[in-house]
Amino acid sequence: MTTTVSDAALAGSTGEARPSWSRAALTFLRRRPLGTVGIAIVLVMFVAGALADVIAPYDPEENDFSAMMEAPSWAHLLGTDQLGRDIFSRLVFGARTAMIVGFSAAFVGSAIGLVLGVASAYFGGWFDLLFQRVLDVMMAFPLIILALAVVAVFGTGVFNVILAITIPLIPRCGRVVRASALAVREIPYVDAARALGFSHARVVLRHMVPNVVAPFLIMLSAFVGQAILAEASLSYLGLGVQEPVPAWGLMLQGGAEEYATTAPWIAVFPGLAIMLAVLGISLFGDALRDALDPKLRDR
Amino acid sequence: MHRYVVKRLLLAVPTLLGAAALVFVLLRLVPGDVCVIRLGSGGAHVDPAAVAACRETLGLDDPWPVQFLDFLWNYISLDFGNSMWSGNPVAHEIAVRLPVSLQIAILATIIAILFAIPLGTISALRENTWLDHAVRVIAIAGIATPSFWLGIMSLVLVLDITYLATGKAWMPPIDYVPLWQDPVRNLSMVLLPALTVGYRYSAVTMRLTRSAMLEVMREDYIRTARSKGLLEQIIVNRHALKNALLPVVTLIGIEFAFLIGGLVVTEQVFNLNGIGRLLVLAVQNQDNTLTQALVMLIVATFVFTNLVVDLLYAWLDPRIRFS
Repeated sequence: MTTTVSDAALAGSTGEARPSWSRAALTFLRRRPLGTVGIAIVLVMFVAGALADVIAPYDPEENDFSAMMEAPSWAHLLGTDQLGRDIFSRLVFGARTAMIVGFSAAFVGSAIGLVLGVASAYFGGWFDLLFQRVLDVMMAFPLIILALAVVAVFGTGVFNVILAITIPLIPRCGRVVRASALAVREIPYVDAARALGFSHARVVLRHMVPNVVAPFLIMLSAFVGQAILAEASLSYLGLGVQEPVPAWGLMLQGGAEEYATTAPWIAVFPGLAIMLAVLGISLFGDALRDALDPKLRDR
Repeated sequence: MHRYVVKRLLLAVPTLLGAAALVFVLLRLVPGDVCVIRLGSGGAHVDPAAVAACRETLGLDDPWPVQFLDFLWNYISLDFGNSMWSGNPVAHEIAVRLPVSLQIAILATIIAILFAIPLGTISALRENTWLDHAVRVIAIAGIATPSFWLGIMSLVLVLDITYLATGKAWMPPIDYVPLWQDPVRNLSMVLLPALTVGYRYSAVTMRLTRSAMLEVMREDYIRTARSKGLLEQIIVNRHALKNALLPVVTLIGIEFAFLIGGLVVTEQVFNLNGIGRLLVLAVQNQDNTLTQALVMLIVATFVFTNLVVDLLYAWLDPRIRFS
């Protein structure tokens, strides 16, 4: 008698027993108003970034020396900076930079962390021991310090900033995922999958990874916020995204303090944008954590 | 406890060694010849003989393992080399700037604890009241606000207020005077940066204090204490807070990393000549010796802080040291 056991059946995922994605999303929206506000903020940022060319009324890089440091008006909704560039247009294009850097660093960093963390828990032994020591070493570097060290090596620019923020995120995700995966490793279906002769890669990717998705998603949402903050900090320090690319941190760099009394809008709006983006992602992340892991509620 | 201390100390050694190796390798990957950059700054013509002599002095022609052992030995014997940019000993460059960063870090920690623990506790005890909501909003805003923007805004505010009040904008002083020499000048310099960095620190601590208190207040022993007829004040102070503060102690160690990150940018905002600003300058000037030493200093401080926190935690909670 030959029996074929599908991956899905082994992982216990019978399609009809689970609520559909759309229903789960609706329940989430209804039960978590703050999370919904968070999603709304993130969506607005996303749309602003994606449709920046359509939304922005001016070219974000174009200087207009006849309109320097103009206060907010109908012509320039959020005023202009010291080079006469429209702040609203720069903010909208800055959203694109923030979303690209934030989401790519968080996705790549946590995806690598996820696979390494689960593999470490699955294989155990010397691989796990070595992985843990490497994590210890990397975690000894505060995020921004490791990012600065990476920038010191590879230089500035959008791609290098993504790389600089991705590297410190890998061990942070790896550690949390490994802890969850250790518990999953003990569940009999992993042994069953091995007994059926599935390859290591298949057991790790098909059977273990989906079962540590809850902590992974929580980490991922936190990482997007951290990555946006880190990018803004690096750009503010002059070691991140470089002019003329519009980026929120960079907008605060050009002597925002200097114009404190004459043109405070130069400093106010980019900071508000960063704050709003991180706030939106934090609210969404908190709600997601409550929904996925009731034990952690109120933390 | 002794065994635990030894075990933790021994774990810190490989971490530091690994960090040293990582920093060493990272900075060897920097493209371009360090000596060419050093001798050719400003676009001057570089004499190949001078480059060869420079490489000889810095030991750059040796194989990497030899260079790494040299590097380790120099650090163990507290010889951090000379800054490639200013030519001064790295130890001197750091020593001059350490007091201001250290003072801001300590002040920020004090501010964080002073605000976070009482507010977090009250928030938990008055769960779901307007007070609780207000504290939570303050906390979540603290996490979302970039510290450098908060710094810029506080500076803008000080400048505007003093300008409106006196007709002349006042800026905090930027040259460091020790606290004992001129307390007013010293505090007017470090207070704003410390508040800026401390806000985030206290926001995170506040959230954890609140959630830990909420958890502890639902424990059976609190119900027992209540049924014994103990005063609420005694229940909170003696039974609840003591237990709730355990995770908060750990958090202070973890948050130290953010404190350093906050310092790096905040010092830039306030134009303070501290360690964080020095690191940014070192990276900008491709001063590898200085970058290497500063990153190692920060990592060592971080590892040491976590060690102290772990030991403190074990001392406070016997379950840890006997596990």
